[in-house]
Amino acid sequence: MNRYREVLTKPIFSENPIALQILGICSALAVTSSLTVTLVMCAALTAVAACANALVSTIRNHTPTNIRIIVQMTIIASLVIVVDQILKAYAPDISKQLSVFVGLIITNCIVLGRTEGFAMQNPPGISFVDGLGNGLGYSVVLIAVAVVRELFGAGKLMGFTILPLTTEGGWYPSNGFLLLPSCSFFIIGAFIWALRQRDAEQVEEPQYRIAPHTAPAPVGD
Amino acid sequence: MEHYLSLFITSVFIENIALTVFLGMCTFLAISRRIDTALGLGAAVVVVLGLTVPLNNLLYNLLLRDGALAWAGLPGVSLDFVGLITYIGVIAAAVQVLEMFLDRFVPALYNALGVFLPLITVNCAILGASLFMVEKDYAFGESVVYGLGAGVGWALAIVLLAAVREKLKYSDVPAGLRGLGITFIATGLMCFGFLSFGGISL
Repeated sequence: MNRYREVLTKPIFSENPIALQILGICSALAVTSSLTVTLVMCAALTAVAACANALVSTIRNHTPTNIRIIVQMTIIASLVIVVDQILKAYAPDISKQLSVFVGLIITNCIVLGRTEGFAMQNPPGISFVDGLGNGLGYSVVLIAVAVVRELFGAGKLMGFTILPLTTEGGWYPSNGFLLLPSCSFFIIGAFIWALRQRDAEQVEEPQYRIAPHTAPAPVGD
Repeated sequence: MEHYLSLFITSVFIENIALTVFLGMCTFLAISRRIDTALGLGAAVVVVLGLTVPLNNLLYNLLLRDGALAWAGLPGVSLDFVGLITYIGVIAAAVQVLEMFLDRFVPALYNALGVFLPLITVNCAILGASLFMVEKDYAFGESVVYGLGAGVGWALAIVLLAAVREKLKYSDVPAGLRGLGITFIATGLMCFGFLSFGGISL
């Protein structure tokens, strides 16, 4: 039981796929301007990651190693098609806002990385939990970014006004800068900084360091 | 001709696939430490995009779109929904074929690009460009220009970021921001640079 809990919680903070392994950030940047859209995207990715892990793991002993990537891609792509069709049928507005990003779950490195790195070696149950954990790790970062952007950019959360804008007679001057997609680079940069400050062993080694001062001490002759 | 030229300029600068649409970011951040590797990867992306976008365009227009199967006597059939799996299959196959072709006939180029080709299958810029091509409903000629333009734009962006990072490694960055963190912030600033192309209309 403990192993399950560890597999579920580890990717959320200490091995976060976005902040530490730079996986799957494309969608983290582009879909986070509104919290509702972000939540749908997170749910879609978590579902695909968990199911793909479970399915790949179920057939892992029958998959020839040299075609395993294609097999995994096919499973992931089929799951994404299912998610895409469900969204188109039940949430057409959100599906429009997400546009190509639902399809891009196929090439999201988190999903393929987990099926290749975890599900190929482990039984289905724990693989499902691992997919769930990584999906949640992705969701934590995305939701954090979306909350900052929507709350301080537009004064709203999920469409409800939290900070009344000056343009509508309130006190909060909206910050259009935060609604620009490029702004999420700064927010994720800051997020990585905070995580690494907390966990010093994740800090990268500098590529260059100024050599210590080695000139010999002056010797009188 | 003018139409194609303006489409090319738009896809390279105004709608740069890395810096304004944010696709292919994983490889973009991971392989941009040095200019020469960035240049190799950029060239590989141009080639693969220039091939797969037109191929997917043909498949979409001749087989998948609503009513496209009329020539086979099936006017009411739409195979839209298998689009995603078709595009990724075409991309994986094209990359594989390209790799074998280069290995056999142009070994010098294979040695330069070889290591990057497998990485490209899972680069979301490649699939993303095909999906945008479908969404914007480009004709075949336009899709060729769009594929090449998107590739050149991505290559341009990764080479620029590599140039910034080559200088950045000498700077004294706070410990937690070192490496990945500061790269994110530098990329964010580059995006603002590219936003300035937004006002240009052709």
